[in-house]
Amino acid sequence: MEFFLISLLNGISYGLLLFMLSSGLTLIFSMMGVLNFAHASFYMLGAYFAYAVSNVVGFWPALIVAPLLVGLLGAAFERYSLRRVHKFGHVPELLVTFGLSYLILELVQLVWGRSTVPYGLPEQLQGPLFTIYGTQFPRSRSFIMLVAVLMLISVWLLLTRTRVGLVIQAALKHPEMVEALGHNVPRVFMLVFGGGAALAGLAGVIGGNTYVTEPAMAASVGSIIFVVVVVGGMGSLGGAFLASLLIGVIQTFAVAMDQSAATGLQALGITVTEQTFGYELLKLTISQVAPILPYLFLVLILIFRPRGLLGTRED
Amino acid sequence: MSTTPSMTPAATSAELYRFKPMNVGRIVVWSLFAIALLVAPLVFTSSLAMTMLSQIGYLIIICLSYNILLGQGGMLSFGHAVYTGLGSFIAVHAMNMASDGRLPVPLVLIPVVAGLAGAFFAVLFGYVTTKKSGTTFAMITLGLGELVAAMALMFPGFFGGEGGVTTNRVYGKFLWWDFGPQIQVYYLIAVYCFVCTALMFAFTGTPLGRILNAVRDNPERVEFIGYNTQRVRYFAFIIAGFFAGIGGGLAAINFEIVNAADSLSTIRSGGYLLFTFLGGATLFFGPIIGAALLVFASILLSELSKAWLLYLGLVFLFMVMFAPGGIASLIMMNVRVAAFGKFKRLWGLYGGLLVTGALMVVGLAAIVEMIYHIQLNAALGPKVHFFGGELDTSSTATWVGAVALAVVGGALMEMVRRRFVRVWGRAQEEIEAEIKRKEMTA
Repeated sequence: MEFFLISLLNGISYGLLLFMLSSGLTLIFSMMGVLNFAHASFYMLGAYFAYAVSNVVGFWPALIVAPLLVGLLGAAFERYSLRRVHKFGHVPELLVTFGLSYLILELVQLVWGRSTVPYGLPEQLQGPLFTIYGTQFPRSRSFIMLVAVLMLISVWLLLTRTRVGLVIQAALKHPEMVEALGHNVPRVFMLVFGGGAALAGLAGVIGGNTYVTEPAMAASVGSIIFVVVVVGGMGSLGGAFLASLLIGVIQTFAVAMDQSAATGLQALGITVTEQTFGYELLKLTISQVAPILPYLFLVLILIFRPRGLLGTRED
Repeated sequence: MSTTPSMTPAATSAELYRFKPMNVGRIVVWSLFAIALLVAPLVFTSSLAMTMLSQIGYLIIICLSYNILLGQGGMLSFGHAVYTGLGSFIAVHAMNMASDGRLPVPLVLIPVVAGLAGAFFAVLFGYVTTKKSGTTFAMITLGLGELVAAMALMFPGFFGGEGGVTTNRVYGKFLWWDFGPQIQVYYLIAVYCFVCTALMFAFTGTPLGRILNAVRDNPERVEFIGYNTQRVRYFAFIIAGFFAGIGGGLAAINFEIVNAADSLSTIRSGGYLLFTFLGGATLFFGPIIGAALLVFASILLSELSKAWLLYLGLVFLFMVMFAPGGIASLIMMNVRVAAFGKFKRLWGLYGGLLVTGALMVVGLAAIVEMIYHIQLNAALGPKVHFFGGELDTSSTATWVGAVALAVVGGALMEMVRRRFVRVWGRAQEEIEAEIKRKEMTA
């Protein structure tokens, strides 16, 4: 029970962090049809900016400043690079963000070096928040959950209850019509791209000190969030939420499990030795398989439900 | 609109479909390619040149096979290393079995075995990946690439774990050769390179190759004329997997070792994508340039500078933004200008671009190199080697000088560039007008 509860909480906090990343990716994708390959790089930039800013003015101002900086960079990238490529089609758009991910990685290594940086938690977030069955649950993880939920609510309110949100939603479906009504659609796109990047930056600020801040952090979540977006259904925010939680929880549980198919068979009274057919496969423990579970999930979803969990589009 | 072929259908269709048994241009180009492959190791005899030529040889096959997906099918794959890498592994195991006498395959046929393995895995994985096109296809290939790369480390029995699997290519003779010396391996690679390039070029002319282009450009219309776009993509994917496997097999013969963490990684896949695009995905010969660049960048540039990935990323970004057809398309555009005799007026401007661009690049590179030096080896003292000279990272004068060089070079280059764009545009307009005039009189 203790293992179950703690793993569930850890899984949910990781899943919510994934959602903060995949929500921006999904928003950008459903608006502009651009798969932002550099999204995880913005996450990394958020962490590094927060590290630099918090050295000067402390963590709490950095929580606001770093995402804004990342958002500005994202908007500038959209304005001066992505918009130029837009006329060539979707594949060059993807390629230009792919090039950006290379560039950000190298620049981060140029400025902050190739090893981890000591980006620590502020005093208020250190230590446990509460204890269940003798195991402590850290404050930093609960803070991730809090920020993610607040962000989810504010993005939802922004999109459905404000004028800007309505224009964004309209530009999503009928960009020409919205343009004819006198709205500057390219600027809306720039705002959305910048906003999505800022959300990734925010995730970086709180993810960077809970986990580690290093140049490899972008690559470690990068492909997972693509899995989330495909599994949830391309362009579906609700789907992204569901898939993030699912993958977060599955991965957290799997990492802690030592059982393998061989031990399972032995529990059923079947003897498994090294001579048994497929022993290499049977002896793998669930924790060893954990890194590939999201991708297996992706393949299964694509075979049995190609439009994703909550997706509506078939292409 | 009045110059459409419908006006003179007989003449144009005859011109389009006229059978030319003696296509002189084509024979000349392919002979030159064959001669270049034959003569290259006689001209560049150093062992470094030998390694580079061998790598270029099999990378040409890999990049061309990647371009079947990217250039001809519009499929942006992030997992091409899966097929080359698995091809390499099968090749290594086949070689080990052959030297034990368990498998009667001579070394010259090992790449074919690897190719069949590549095709087999493409049949297996391609079924899932080619269900979608465009952006989703890209994401699925990325996911599958990660899946295979992570799984390879779980089965150390087959993939050799961290250390990889080693082999020995000298286990039998073919005619008089035992493929011990590098030169013999080079000629094996060269023969495969020529044959595979020819086969892939022939593929572009087959009905499947043509309909693949149509699937790239307008899938909806292809479905209307009765083709299953998914199946077309699937077949193309299998063919690309076959050639990728051949490339991987040759790589395994060349190095006699494969390592899962390296040869199956998504970084490797990204490299194929990057250089195929830089070479030029829109033209058939683009990836050949890309393969040569890949070897030059990864062997020479990485020796020269620690920041080479940064430069590469920048070049790639600007290439996507300003010349999405890659180097090959830049060459063809200039060839067209020259063919119409308008190249004279561009000489001066190209010279200007080159000089001002070089100024800016030297300035920027100096800044980057100095920052890298401070980051990585400040302990070695404040001096950096740079283009034969030395830079002192502790003096302000070097920094100011480098920044000034970059800014002045950049400003001058922008001035020349604007002029160049004007002149270039005018030349293109004149060429278009001339083409139209010829069509009218014809």
